[in-house]
Amino acid sequence: MASRKPVRWHIGVFLAPAVLVYTALMIIPLFGTLLQSLFNKGAAGERVFVGLQNFATLFGNALWSDAFWNALGNNAWFFVVHMLVQNPIGIALAAILSTPRLRMAAFYRTAIFIPTILSFVIVGFVWKLILSPIWGIAPGMLDAVGLKSLFAPWLGREEYALTTLALVSVWQFVGIPMMLIYAALLSIPDEVLEAAEMDGITGASQFWKIKLPLILPSIGIISILTFVGNFNAFDLIYVAQGALAGPDYSTDILGTFLYRTFFGFQLQLGDPYMGSAIAGSMFGIILIGVCVYLFGIQTRLRRYQF
Amino acid sequence: MSARMSTGRTIAAHAVLLTYTLIALFPVFVIVINSFKTRKAIFADPLALPWPENFDLVGYQTVLKQGDFFLYFQNSLIVTVVSLFFVLLFGAMAAFALSEYRFKGNTLMGLYLALGIMIPIRLGTVAILEIMVATGLVNTLTALILVYTAQGLPLAVFILSEFMKSVSHDLKNAGRIDGLSEYRIFFSLVLPLVRPAMATVAVFTMIPIWNDLWFPLILAPAEHTKTVTLGAQVFIGQFVTNWNAVLAALSLAIIPVLVLYLIFSRQLIRGITAGAVK
Repeated sequence: MASRKPVRWHIGVFLAPAVLVYTALMIIPLFGTLLQSLFNKGAAGERVFVGLQNFATLFGNALWSDAFWNALGNNAWFFVVHMLVQNPIGIALAAILSTPRLRMAAFYRTAIFIPTILSFVIVGFVWKLILSPIWGIAPGMLDAVGLKSLFAPWLGREEYALTTLALVSVWQFVGIPMMLIYAALLSIPDEVLEAAEMDGITGASQFWKIKLPLILPSIGIISILTFVGNFNAFDLIYVAQGALAGPDYSTDILGTFLYRTFFGFQLQLGDPYMGSAIAGSMFGIILIGVCVYLFGIQTRLRRYQF
Repeated sequence: MSARMSTGRTIAAHAVLLTYTLIALFPVFVIVINSFKTRKAIFADPLALPWPENFDLVGYQTVLKQGDFFLYFQNSLIVTVVSLFFVLLFGAMAAFALSEYRFKGNTLMGLYLALGIMIPIRLGTVAILEIMVATGLVNTLTALILVYTAQGLPLAVFILSEFMKSVSHDLKNAGRIDGLSEYRIFFSLVLPLVRPAMATVAVFTMIPIWNDLWFPLILAPAEHTKTVTLGAQVFIGQFVTNWNAVLAALSLAIIPVLVLYLIFSRQLIRGITAGAVK
Protein backbone atom coordinates (compact mmCIF):
# COMPACT_ATOMS: atom_id res chain seq x y z
CA MET A 1 0.00 0.00 0.00
CA ALA A 2 1.30 3.44 0.86
CA SER A 3 4.21 2.06 2.83
CA ARG A 4 6.72 2.31 0.00
CA LYS A 5 7.72 5.79 1.11
CA PRO A 6 10.34 5.60 3.89
CA VAL A 7 9.01 8.46 6.03
CA ARG A 8 5.30 9.05 5.90
CA TRP A 9 5.12 12.67 7.03
CA HIS A 10 1.41 12.86 6.44
CA ILE A 11 0.75 10.58 9.42
CA GLY A 12 2.46 13.13 11.64
CA VAL A 13 0.60 16.00 10.04
CA PHE A 14 -2.72 14.27 10.57
CA LEU A 15 -1.97 13.47 14.20
CA ALA A 16 -0.07 16.55 15.37
CA PRO A 17 -2.85 19.13 16.01
CA ALA A 18 -5.03 16.75 17.99
CA VAL A 19 -2.14 15.31 19.97
CA LEU A 20 -0.69 18.73 20.82
CA VAL A 21 -3.90 20.36 22.07
CA TYR A 22 -4.93 17.21 23.88
CA THR A 23 -1.59 16.66 25.59
CA ALA A 24 -1.17 20.25 26.73
CA LEU A 25 -4.65 20.82 28.10
CA MET A 26 -5.80 17.39 29.15
CA ILE A 27 -3.03 14.90 29.79
CA ILE A 28 -0.58 17.19 31.58
CA PRO A 29 -3.19 18.64 33.97
CA LEU A 30 -4.69 15.21 34.64
CA PHE A 31 -1.27 13.72 35.18
CA GLY A 32 -0.71 16.43 37.77
CA THR A 33 -3.85 15.31 39.58
CA LEU A 34 -2.85 11.64 39.53
CA LEU A 35 0.59 12.51 40.83
CA GLN A 36 -0.98 14.47 43.65
CA SER A 37 -2.85 11.36 44.84
CA LEU A 38 0.51 9.97 45.95
CA PHE A 39 1.09 12.87 48.33
CA ASN A 40 -0.50 14.10 51.52
CA LYS A 41 -0.13 16.88 54.00
CA GLY A 42 2.72 16.50 56.46
CA ALA A 43 2.72 17.66 60.06
CA ALA A 44 3.54 21.24 59.14
CA GLY A 45 1.17 21.28 56.18
CA GLU A 46 3.92 20.57 53.69
CA ARG A 47 3.58 18.12 50.81
CA VAL A 48 4.84 14.65 51.71
CA PHE A 49 5.17 11.66 49.44
CA VAL A 50 3.08 8.84 50.91
CA GLY A 51 2.98 6.31 48.08
CA LEU A 52 -0.26 4.41 47.90
CA GLN A 53 -1.25 5.31 51.46
CA ASN A 54 -4.19 7.46 50.31
CA PHE A 55 -5.64 4.56 48.34
CA ALA A 56 -5.24 2.21 51.30
CA THR A 57 -7.16 4.70 53.44
CA LEU A 58 -9.82 5.10 50.81
CA PHE A 59 -10.48 1.38 50.40
CA GLY A 60 -9.86 0.19 53.94
CA ASN A 61 -10.31 2.92 56.57
CA ALA A 62 -13.98 2.89 57.59
CA LEU A 63 -14.03 6.71 57.73
CA TRP A 64 -13.52 6.80 53.98
CA SER A 65 -14.26 3.34 52.69
CA ASP A 66 -17.94 3.27 53.73
CA ALA A 67 -18.61 6.33 51.61
CA PHE A 68 -16.44 5.06 48.79
CA TRP A 69 -18.04 1.60 48.45
CA ASN A 70 -21.49 3.16 48.86
CA ALA A 71 -20.75 5.56 46.01
CA LEU A 72 -19.29 2.79 43.88
CA GLY A 73 -22.30 0.52 44.45
CA ASN A 74 -24.72 3.33 43.66
CA ASN A 75 -22.74 4.14 40.56
CA ALA A 76 -22.88 0.53 39.40
CA TRP A 77 -26.68 0.50 39.83
CA PHE A 78 -26.88 3.83 37.97
CA PHE A 79 -25.01 2.17 35.09
CA VAL A 80 -27.16 -0.99 35.17
CA VAL A 81 -30.34 1.09 34.88
CA HIS A 82 -28.90 2.86 31.85
CA MET A 83 -27.90 -0.38 30.17
CA LEU A 84 -31.25 -2.04 30.82
CA VAL A 85 -33.49 0.92 30.04
CA GLN A 86 -31.72 3.60 28.04
CA ASN A 87 -29.91 1.52 25.44
CA PRO A 88 -32.73 -0.91 24.56
CA ILE A 89 -35.18 2.00 24.25
CA GLY A 90 -32.65 3.91 22.14
CA ILE A 91 -32.10 0.94 19.83
CA ALA A 92 -35.84 0.24 19.54
CA LEU A 93 -36.62 3.87 18.73
CA ALA A 94 -33.83 3.98 16.14
CA ALA A 95 -35.07 0.75 14.56
CA ILE A 96 -38.61 2.11 14.27
CA LEU A 97 -37.36 5.48 13.02
CA SER A 98 -35.31 3.89 10.27
CA THR A 99 -38.37 2.24 8.73
CA PRO A 100 -38.32 3.29 5.08
CA ARG A 101 -40.86 5.92 4.04
CA LEU A 102 -41.90 6.67 7.61
CA ARG A 103 -43.67 10.02 7.72
CA MET A 104 -42.60 12.65 10.26
CA ALA A 105 -39.42 10.72 11.10
CA ALA A 106 -37.45 13.97 11.31
CA PHE A 107 -39.99 15.41 13.72
CA TYR A 108 -39.85 12.39 16.04
CA ARG A 109 -36.07 12.29 15.90
CA THR A 110 -35.81 15.95 16.85
CA ALA A 111 -38.46 15.75 19.56
CA ILE A 112 -36.88 12.72 21.22
CA PHE A 113 -33.45 14.38 21.09
CA ILE A 114 -34.57 17.67 22.68
CA PRO A 115 -34.11 16.54 26.33
CA THR A 116 -30.47 15.78 25.54
CA ILE A 117 -29.75 19.39 24.62
CA LEU A 118 -31.15 20.80 27.87
CA SER A 119 -28.84 21.97 30.59
CA PHE A 120 -28.73 19.99 33.84
CA VAL A 121 -29.99 22.99 35.78
CA ILE A 122 -33.27 22.93 33.95
CA VAL A 123 -33.59 19.13 33.92
CA GLY A 124 -33.11 18.98 37.68
CA PHE A 125 -35.59 21.77 38.29
CA VAL A 126 -38.34 20.52 36.00
CA TRP A 127 -38.27 16.98 37.38
CA LYS A 128 -38.43 18.31 40.91
CA LEU A 129 -41.40 20.39 39.78
CA ILE A 130 -43.05 17.27 38.36
CA LEU A 131 -42.24 14.84 41.16
CA SER A 132 -42.56 17.04 44.23
CA PRO A 133 -45.21 15.70 46.62
CA ILE A 134 -46.21 19.25 47.63
CA TRP A 135 -46.48 21.26 44.44
CA GLY A 136 -45.67 18.56 41.91
CA ILE A 137 -47.52 17.63 38.77
CA ALA A 138 -47.27 13.85 39.10
CA PRO A 139 -49.52 13.47 42.19
CA GLY A 140 -52.26 15.49 40.51
CA MET A 141 -51.98 13.55 37.27
CA LEU A 142 -52.08 10.19 39.02
CA ASP A 143 -55.04 11.44 41.04
CA ALA A 144 -56.89 12.31 37.84
CA VAL A 145 -56.71 8.69 36.65
CA GLY A 146 -57.45 7.28 40.10
CA LEU A 147 -53.97 5.96 40.81
CA LYS A 148 -53.01 8.38 43.56
CA SER A 149 -52.07 5.48 45.81
CA LEU A 150 -49.18 4.68 43.46
CA PHE A 151 -47.52 8.00 44.17
CA ALA A 152 -44.55 8.17 46.47
CA PRO A 153 -42.08 10.99 47.02
CA TRP A 154 -39.69 9.24 44.67
CA LEU A 155 -36.83 11.71 45.02
CA GLY A 156 -37.10 11.82 48.81
CA ARG A 157 -37.14 8.12 49.67
CA GLU A 158 -33.84 6.35 50.09
CA GLU A 159 -35.03 3.22 48.31
CA TYR A 160 -36.32 5.05 45.21
CA ALA A 161 -34.23 8.19 44.84
CA LEU A 162 -31.27 6.70 42.98
CA THR A 163 -33.41 4.73 40.54
CA THR A 164 -35.59 7.77 39.95
CA LEU A 165 -32.58 9.92 39.15
CA ALA A 166 -31.16 7.20 36.91
CA LEU A 167 -34.45 7.18 35.00
CA VAL A 168 -34.40 10.97 34.72
CA SER A 169 -30.91 10.63 33.29
CA VAL A 170 -32.19 7.95 30.89
CA TRP A 171 -34.98 10.32 29.86
CA GLN A 172 -32.42 13.03 29.21
CA PHE A 173 -29.87 10.97 27.29
CA VAL A 174 -31.82 8.36 25.35
CA GLY A 175 -31.29 10.55 22.30
CA ILE A 176 -27.60 9.68 22.13
CA PRO A 177 -27.88 5.89 21.59
CA MET A 178 -30.86 6.59 19.35
CA MET A 179 -28.81 8.89 17.11
CA LEU A 180 -25.79 6.59 16.92
CA ILE A 181 -27.82 3.48 16.16
CA TYR A 182 -29.98 5.42 13.72
CA ALA A 183 -26.87 6.53 11.80
CA ALA A 184 -25.57 2.96 11.81
CA LEU A 185 -28.88 1.53 10.60
CA LEU A 186 -29.14 4.05 7.77
CA SER A 187 -25.64 3.23 6.58
CA ILE A 188 -26.58 -0.42 5.92
CA PRO A 189 -26.61 -0.63 2.11
CA ASP A 190 -29.95 -1.17 0.41
CA GLU A 191 -28.55 -4.12 -1.54
CA VAL A 192 -28.05 -6.09 1.67
CA LEU A 193 -31.62 -5.46 2.76
CA GLU A 194 -32.98 -6.18 -0.73
CA ALA A 195 -31.10 -9.46 -0.80
CA ALA A 196 -32.63 -10.32 2.58
CA GLU A 197 -36.09 -9.50 1.29
CA MET A 198 -35.52 -11.73 -1.74
CA ASP A 199 -34.83 -14.53 0.71
CA GLY A 200 -38.07 -13.73 2.51
CA ILE A 201 -36.47 -12.20 5.58
CA THR A 202 -38.53 -9.13 6.45
CA GLY A 203 -39.80 -7.17 9.42
CA ALA A 204 -38.71 -8.25 12.86
CA SER A 205 -36.66 -11.22 11.72
CA GLN A 206 -34.82 -8.92 9.31
CA PHE A 207 -33.92 -6.73 12.28
CA TRP A 208 -32.67 -9.63 14.41
CA LYS A 209 -30.89 -11.58 11.68
CA ILE A 210 -29.52 -8.90 9.35
CA LYS A 211 -29.48 -5.46 10.94
CA LEU A 212 -28.54 -6.32 14.50
CA PRO A 213 -25.31 -8.16 13.61
CA LEU A 214 -24.37 -5.26 11.35
CA ILE A 215 -24.86 -2.63 14.06
CA LEU A 216 -23.14 -4.59 16.85
CA PRO A 217 -20.01 -2.38 16.67
CA SER A 218 -22.22 0.67 17.24
CA ILE A 219 -23.94 -1.04 20.17
CA GLY A 220 -20.45 -1.70 21.54
CA ILE A 221 -19.65 2.00 21.23
CA ILE A 222 -22.83 3.11 23.01
CA SER A 223 -22.25 0.60 25.81
CA ILE A 224 -18.76 1.89 26.49
CA LEU A 225 -19.91 5.51 26.18
CA THR A 226 -22.68 4.80 28.67
CA PHE A 227 -20.19 3.19 31.04
CA VAL A 228 -17.77 6.10 30.86
CA GLY A 229 -20.53 8.70 31.02
CA ASN A 230 -22.16 7.09 34.05
CA PHE A 231 -18.96 6.71 36.02
CA ASN A 232 -18.17 10.36 35.34
CA ALA A 233 -21.69 11.56 36.09
CA PHE A 234 -22.05 14.37 38.56
CA ASP A 235 -24.18 17.25 37.37
CA LEU A 236 -27.65 15.73 37.52
CA ILE A 237 -27.24 14.44 41.08
CA TYR A 238 -25.70 17.76 42.06
CA VAL A 239 -28.54 19.90 40.71
CA ALA A 240 -31.28 17.57 41.95
CA GLN A 241 -30.00 16.51 45.39
CA GLY A 242 -27.09 18.85 46.09
CA ALA A 243 -23.51 17.85 46.79
CA LEU A 244 -24.61 15.81 49.81
CA ALA A 245 -26.47 13.46 47.43
CA GLY A 246 -29.37 12.93 49.82
CA PRO A 247 -31.44 11.42 51.22
CA ASP A 248 -28.69 10.07 53.50
CA TYR A 249 -26.15 9.67 50.69
CA SER A 250 -28.43 7.20 48.91
CA THR A 251 -27.79 8.93 45.58
CA ASP A 252 -24.10 9.51 46.16
CA ILE A 253 -22.05 8.46 43.16
CA LEU A 254 -18.32 8.74 42.56
CA GLY A 255 -18.65 12.16 40.92
CA THR A 256 -20.44 13.76 43.87
CA PHE A 257 -18.16 12.00 46.37
CA LEU A 258 -15.16 13.37 44.50
CA TYR A 259 -16.64 16.85 44.38
CA ARG A 260 -17.32 16.93 48.14
CA THR A 261 -13.88 15.60 48.93
CA PHE A 262 -11.91 17.69 46.46
CA PHE A 263 -13.56 21.07 46.85
CA GLY A 264 -15.13 20.67 50.27
CA PHE A 265 -18.73 21.25 51.14
CA GLN A 266 -20.38 23.17 53.96
CA LEU A 267 -18.43 22.28 57.10
CA GLN A 268 -16.19 19.74 55.41
CA LEU A 269 -12.90 21.18 54.20
CA GLY A 270 -11.60 20.31 50.77
CA ASP A 271 -8.88 17.67 50.72
CA PRO A 272 -7.06 17.81 47.37
CA TYR A 273 -4.95 14.75 48.20
CA MET A 274 -7.79 12.37 49.05
CA GLY A 275 -9.78 13.98 46.24
CA SER A 276 -6.99 13.10 43.83
CA ALA A 277 -7.01 9.55 45.20
CA ILE A 278 -10.73 9.28 44.44
CA ALA A 279 -10.11 10.70 40.99
CA GLY A 280 -7.35 8.13 40.53
CA SER A 281 -9.70 5.31 41.58
CA MET A 282 -12.37 6.52 39.16
CA PHE A 283 -9.74 6.57 36.48
CA GLY A 284 -8.73 3.00 37.37
CA ILE A 285 -12.32 1.72 37.33
CA ILE A 286 -13.04 3.30 33.97
CA LEU A 287 -9.72 2.10 32.60
CA ILE A 288 -10.58 -1.49 33.55
CA GLY A 289 -14.00 -1.20 31.89
CA VAL A 290 -12.56 0.27 28.71
CA CYS A 291 -9.84 -2.39 28.55
CA VAL A 292 -12.43 -5.15 28.94
CA TYR A 293 -14.27 -3.60 26.02
CA LEU A 294 -11.21 -2.97 23.83
CA PHE A 295 -9.54 -6.34 24.31
CA GLY A 296 -12.40 -8.61 25.26
CA ILE A 297 -15.25 -7.41 23.08
CA GLN A 298 -14.12 -5.08 20.34
CA THR A 299 -11.54 -7.47 18.91
CA ARG A 300 -14.21 -10.16 18.58
CA LEU A 301 -16.68 -7.95 16.76
CA ARG A 302 -16.83 -8.53 13.05
CA ARG A 303 -16.76 -5.44 10.93
CA TYR A 304 -18.28 -5.36 7.49
CA GLN A 305 -17.00 -3.02 4.82
CA PHE A 306 -19.43 -1.91 2.19
CA MET B 1 -52.75 -8.55 2.42
CA SER B 2 -49.16 -7.44 2.72
CA ALA B 3 -50.21 -3.84 2.16
CA ARG B 4 -52.68 -4.08 5.04
CA MET B 5 -50.11 -5.65 7.29
CA SER B 6 -47.68 -2.86 6.62
CA THR B 7 -50.40 -0.29 7.32
CA GLY B 8 -50.93 -1.88 10.70
CA ARG B 9 -47.24 -1.84 11.31
CA THR B 10 -47.00 1.84 10.33
CA ILE B 11 -49.76 2.72 12.77
CA ALA B 12 -47.99 0.80 15.52
CA ALA B 13 -44.71 2.58 14.70
CA HIS B 14 -46.42 5.96 14.90
CA ALA B 15 -48.11 5.01 18.16
CA VAL B 16 -44.81 4.05 19.79
CA LEU B 17 -43.00 7.13 18.50
CA LEU B 18 -45.81 9.49 19.48
CA THR B 19 -45.93 8.05 22.99
CA TYR B 20 -42.23 8.49 23.45
CA THR B 21 -42.34 11.97 21.92
CA LEU B 22 -44.91 12.93 24.55
CA ILE B 23 -42.70 11.59 27.32
CA ALA B 24 -39.72 13.49 25.89
CA LEU B 25 -41.49 16.79 25.33
CA PHE B 26 -43.80 16.99 28.34
CA PRO B 27 -41.17 18.34 30.76
CA VAL B 28 -39.93 20.77 28.10
CA PHE B 29 -43.50 21.95 27.67
CA VAL B 30 -43.72 22.47 31.44
CA ILE B 31 -40.56 24.59 31.35
CA VAL B 32 -41.76 26.78 28.52
CA ILE B 33 -45.30 27.41 29.83
CA ASN B 34 -43.97 28.22 33.28
CA SER B 35 -41.51 30.73 31.90
CA PHE B 36 -44.53 32.85 30.94
CA LYS B 37 -46.18 32.73 34.36
CA THR B 38 -46.05 34.58 37.64
CA ARG B 39 -43.86 33.11 40.32
CA LYS B 40 -46.89 32.27 42.43
CA ALA B 41 -48.55 30.48 39.53
CA ILE B 42 -45.44 28.40 38.82
CA PHE B 43 -45.63 26.74 42.20
CA ALA B 44 -49.40 26.89 42.79
CA ASP B 45 -50.37 25.20 39.55
CA PRO B 46 -47.35 24.22 37.45
CA LEU B 47 -49.45 22.57 34.78
CA ALA B 48 -51.77 25.53 34.11
CA LEU B 49 -51.37 27.21 30.76
CA PRO B 50 -50.36 30.87 30.89
CA TRP B 51 -53.84 32.44 30.89
CA PRO B 52 -54.34 36.21 31.29
CA GLU B 53 -54.74 35.98 35.09
CA ASN B 54 -51.36 34.37 35.60
CA PHE B 55 -49.60 35.46 32.42
CA ASP B 56 -46.42 37.29 33.22
CA LEU B 57 -43.40 38.23 31.18
CA VAL B 58 -41.44 39.30 34.23
CA GLY B 59 -38.92 36.51 33.67
CA TYR B 60 -38.09 37.63 30.17
CA GLN B 61 -38.09 41.28 31.21
CA THR B 62 -35.61 40.57 33.99
CA VAL B 63 -33.41 38.63 31.62
CA LEU B 64 -33.35 41.39 29.04
CA LYS B 65 -32.73 44.10 31.60
CA GLN B 66 -30.04 42.34 33.58
CA GLY B 67 -26.60 42.31 32.05
CA ASP B 68 -26.06 41.95 28.39
CA PHE B 69 -27.80 38.78 27.35
CA PHE B 70 -27.20 39.26 23.65
CA LEU B 71 -23.49 39.46 24.32
CA TYR B 72 -23.72 36.28 26.44
CA PHE B 73 -25.49 34.53 23.59
CA GLN B 74 -22.86 35.70 21.15
CA ASN B 75 -20.08 34.44 23.44
CA SER B 76 -21.73 31.05 23.82
CA LEU B 77 -22.18 30.77 20.08
CA ILE B 78 -18.58 31.75 19.27
CA VAL B 79 -17.15 29.35 21.83
CA THR B 80 -19.40 26.47 20.77
CA VAL B 81 -18.99 26.87 17.02
CA VAL B 82 -15.23 27.47 17.00
CA SER B 83 -14.53 24.60 19.43
CA LEU B 84 -16.73 22.35 17.35
CA PHE B 85 -14.85 23.26 14.20
CA PHE B 86 -11.50 22.38 15.75
CA VAL B 87 -12.78 19.20 17.37
CA LEU B 88 -14.18 17.96 14.07
CA LEU B 89 -11.17 18.94 11.96
CA PHE B 90 -8.43 17.76 14.32
CA GLY B 91 -10.45 14.77 15.46
CA ALA B 92 -11.16 13.56 11.94
CA MET B 93 -7.52 14.02 10.93
CA ALA B 94 -6.27 11.99 13.88
CA ALA B 95 -8.97 9.36 13.42
CA PHE B 96 -7.96 9.00 9.78
CA ALA B 97 -4.30 8.53 10.68
CA LEU B 98 -5.22 5.88 13.26
CA SER B 99 -7.69 3.94 11.15
CA GLU B 100 -5.91 4.17 7.82
CA TYR B 101 -2.21 3.63 8.39
CA ARG B 102 -0.34 0.83 10.04
CA PHE B 103 2.58 2.36 11.87
CA LYS B 104 4.57 1.67 14.99
CA GLY B 105 2.66 2.78 18.06
CA ASN B 106 -0.70 2.96 16.32
CA THR B 107 -2.59 1.07 19.03
CA LEU B 108 -0.68 2.90 21.72
CA MET B 109 -1.58 6.28 20.19
CA GLY B 110 -5.22 5.18 19.97
CA LEU B 111 -5.23 4.27 23.64
CA TYR B 112 -3.44 7.49 24.54
CA LEU B 113 -6.06 9.57 22.77
CA ALA B 114 -8.87 7.47 24.27
CA LEU B 115 -7.60 8.10 27.81
CA GLY B 116 -9.34 11.45 27.77
CA ILE B 117 -12.76 9.83 27.42
CA MET B 118 -12.25 8.14 30.74
CA ILE B 119 -11.47 11.03 33.00
CA PRO B 120 -13.42 14.23 33.32
CA ILE B 121 -11.17 17.09 32.25
CA ARG B 122 -12.47 18.92 35.31
CA LEU B 123 -10.09 16.89 37.47
CA GLY B 124 -7.25 18.88 35.93
CA THR B 125 -8.89 22.25 36.53
CA VAL B 126 -6.26 23.67 38.86
CA ALA B 127 -3.42 22.93 36.45
CA ILE B 128 -5.45 24.26 33.52
CA LEU B 129 -6.07 27.50 35.37
CA GLU B 130 -2.35 27.80 36.07
CA ILE B 131 -1.57 27.32 32.38
CA MET B 132 -4.12 29.97 31.41
CA VAL B 133 -2.78 32.43 33.95
CA ALA B 134 0.78 31.83 32.74
CA THR B 135 -0.19 32.44 29.11
CA GLY B 136 -2.41 35.40 29.92
CA LEU B 137 -5.51 33.74 28.48
CA VAL B 138 -7.72 34.10 31.55
CA ASN B 139 -10.98 35.87 30.72
CA THR B 140 -10.68 35.28 27.00
CA LEU B 141 -12.89 33.13 24.83
CA THR B 142 -9.68 31.53 23.50
CA ALA B 143 -9.12 29.82 26.85
CA LEU B 144 -12.56 28.23 26.71
CA ILE B 145 -12.13 27.22 23.08
CA LEU B 146 -8.80 25.52 23.81
CA VAL B 147 -10.16 23.60 26.79
CA TYR B 148 -13.31 22.49 24.98
CA THR B 149 -11.29 21.40 21.96
CA ALA B 150 -9.14 19.23 24.22
CA GLN B 151 -12.26 17.96 25.97
CA GLY B 152 -14.06 17.02 22.76
CA LEU B 153 -11.16 15.45 20.87
CA PRO B 154 -10.93 12.00 22.55
CA LEU B 155 -14.55 11.10 21.90
CA ALA B 156 -14.41 12.48 18.36
CA VAL B 157 -11.31 10.44 17.54
CA PHE B 158 -12.79 7.31 19.10
CA ILE B 159 -16.09 7.46 17.23
CA LEU B 160 -14.74 8.74 13.92
CA SER B 161 -12.01 6.11 13.69
CA GLU B 162 -14.64 3.45 14.34
CA PHE B 163 -16.66 4.80 11.41
CA MET B 164 -13.65 5.35 9.17
CA LYS B 165 -12.73 1.68 9.47
CA SER B 166 -15.82 0.84 7.45
CA VAL B 167 -14.91 3.15 4.54
CA SER B 168 -14.06 0.95 1.60
CA HIS B 169 -10.35 0.33 0.98
CA ASP B 170 -11.04 -0.10 -2.74
CA LEU B 171 -12.23 3.49 -2.98
CA LYS B 172 -9.14 4.87 -1.22
CA ASN B 173 -6.79 2.69 -3.25
CA ALA B 174 -8.52 3.75 -6.45
CA GLY B 175 -7.83 7.33 -5.40
CA ARG B 176 -4.17 6.50 -4.79
CA ILE B 177 -3.87 4.89 -8.20
CA ASP B 178 -5.32 8.07 -9.69
CA GLY B 179 -2.43 9.93 -8.05
CA LEU B 180 -4.33 11.69 -5.26
CA SER B 181 -2.18 12.74 -2.32
CA GLU B 182 -3.04 11.34 1.11
CA TYR B 183 -4.42 14.78 2.02
CA ARG B 184 -6.72 14.80 -0.98
CA ILE B 185 -7.89 11.27 -0.17
CA PHE B 186 -8.75 12.40 3.34
CA PHE B 187 -10.44 15.68 2.46
CA SER B 188 -12.24 14.76 -0.73
CA LEU B 189 -12.88 11.03 -0.43
CA VAL B 190 -13.11 10.01 3.20
CA LEU B 191 -14.54 13.13 4.86
CA PRO B 192 -17.67 13.28 2.69
CA LEU B 193 -18.28 9.60 3.36
CA VAL B 194 -18.18 9.93 7.14
CA ARG B 195 -20.34 13.05 7.18
CA PRO B 196 -23.16 11.30 9.06
CA ALA B 197 -20.67 10.30 11.75
CA MET B 198 -19.24 13.85 11.80
CA ALA B 199 -22.74 15.23 12.30
CA THR B 200 -23.31 12.76 15.13
CA VAL B 201 -20.05 13.72 16.82
CA ALA B 202 -20.87 17.41 16.30
CA VAL B 203 -24.23 17.01 17.98
CA PHE B 204 -22.93 15.57 21.15
CA THR B 205 -19.72 17.52 21.33
CA MET B 206 -21.60 20.79 21.26
CA ILE B 207 -24.16 20.00 23.96
CA PRO B 208 -21.80 19.75 26.95
CA ILE B 209 -19.95 22.81 25.66
CA TRP B 210 -23.11 24.88 25.37
CA ASN B 211 -24.39 23.84 28.78
CA ASP B 212 -21.09 23.92 30.65
CA LEU B 213 -20.97 26.03 33.74
CA TRP B 214 -17.71 24.95 35.26
CA PHE B 215 -15.05 26.33 32.92
CA PRO B 216 -16.79 29.63 32.12
CA LEU B 217 -17.02 30.18 35.87
CA ILE B 218 -13.36 29.43 36.47
CA LEU B 219 -11.60 30.54 33.29
CA ALA B 220 -13.72 33.36 31.92
CA PRO B 221 -16.09 34.88 34.48
CA ALA B 222 -15.60 38.47 33.25
CA GLU B 223 -18.65 40.37 32.07
CA HIS B 224 -17.47 40.53 28.44
CA THR B 225 -16.76 36.77 28.21
CA LYS B 226 -19.75 35.35 30.10
CA THR B 227 -21.66 32.56 28.41
CA VAL B 228 -25.42 32.12 28.57
CA THR B 229 -25.40 29.30 31.13
CA LEU B 230 -23.13 31.33 33.39
CA GLY B 231 -25.22 34.44 32.78
CA ALA B 232 -28.36 32.59 33.89
CA GLN B 233 -26.70 31.67 37.19
CA VAL B 234 -26.97 35.23 38.48
CA PHE B 235 -30.64 34.45 39.07
CA ILE B 236 -29.93 31.37 41.17
CA GLY B 237 -29.11 32.55 44.65
CA GLN B 238 -28.12 30.59 47.68
CA PHE B 239 -31.36 31.53 49.44
CA VAL B 240 -33.66 33.13 46.89
CA THR B 241 -33.80 32.00 43.32
CA ASN B 242 -35.54 34.07 40.71
CA TRP B 243 -37.17 31.08 39.01
CA ASN B 244 -39.02 33.26 36.49
CA ALA B 245 -35.76 34.63 35.18
CA VAL B 246 -34.00 31.26 35.30
CA LEU B 247 -36.79 29.58 33.35
CA ALA B 248 -36.89 32.44 30.84
CA ALA B 249 -33.13 32.52 30.37
CA LEU B 250 -32.89 28.77 29.98
CA SER B 251 -35.90 28.64 27.64
CA LEU B 252 -34.12 31.20 25.48
CA ALA B 253 -30.88 29.23 25.73
CA ILE B 254 -32.58 26.17 24.23
CA ILE B 255 -33.17 27.97 20.92
CA PRO B 256 -29.63 28.39 19.50
CA VAL B 257 -28.54 24.87 20.38
CA LEU B 258 -31.76 23.54 18.87
CA VAL B 259 -31.02 25.43 15.65
CA LEU B 260 -27.48 24.03 15.57
CA TYR B 261 -28.89 20.56 16.15
CA LEU B 262 -31.35 20.97 13.28
CA ILE B 263 -28.54 22.06 10.95
CA PHE B 264 -26.44 19.01 11.85
CA SER B 265 -29.27 16.54 11.74
CA ARG B 266 -30.09 17.66 8.19
CA GLN B 267 -26.42 17.17 7.34
CA LEU B 268 -26.68 13.72 8.82
CA ILE B 269 -29.47 12.75 6.43
CA ARG B 270 -27.92 14.44 3.41
CA GLY B 271 -24.58 12.80 4.14
CA ILE B 272 -26.19 9.39 4.20
CA THR B 273 -28.24 9.78 1.05
CA ALA B 274 -25.43 11.41 -0.94
CA GLY B 275 -22.82 8.76 -0.07
CA ALA B 276 -20.47 8.11 -2.97
CA VAL B 277 -20.38 4.35 -2.68
CA LYS B 278 -23.71 2.81 -1.88
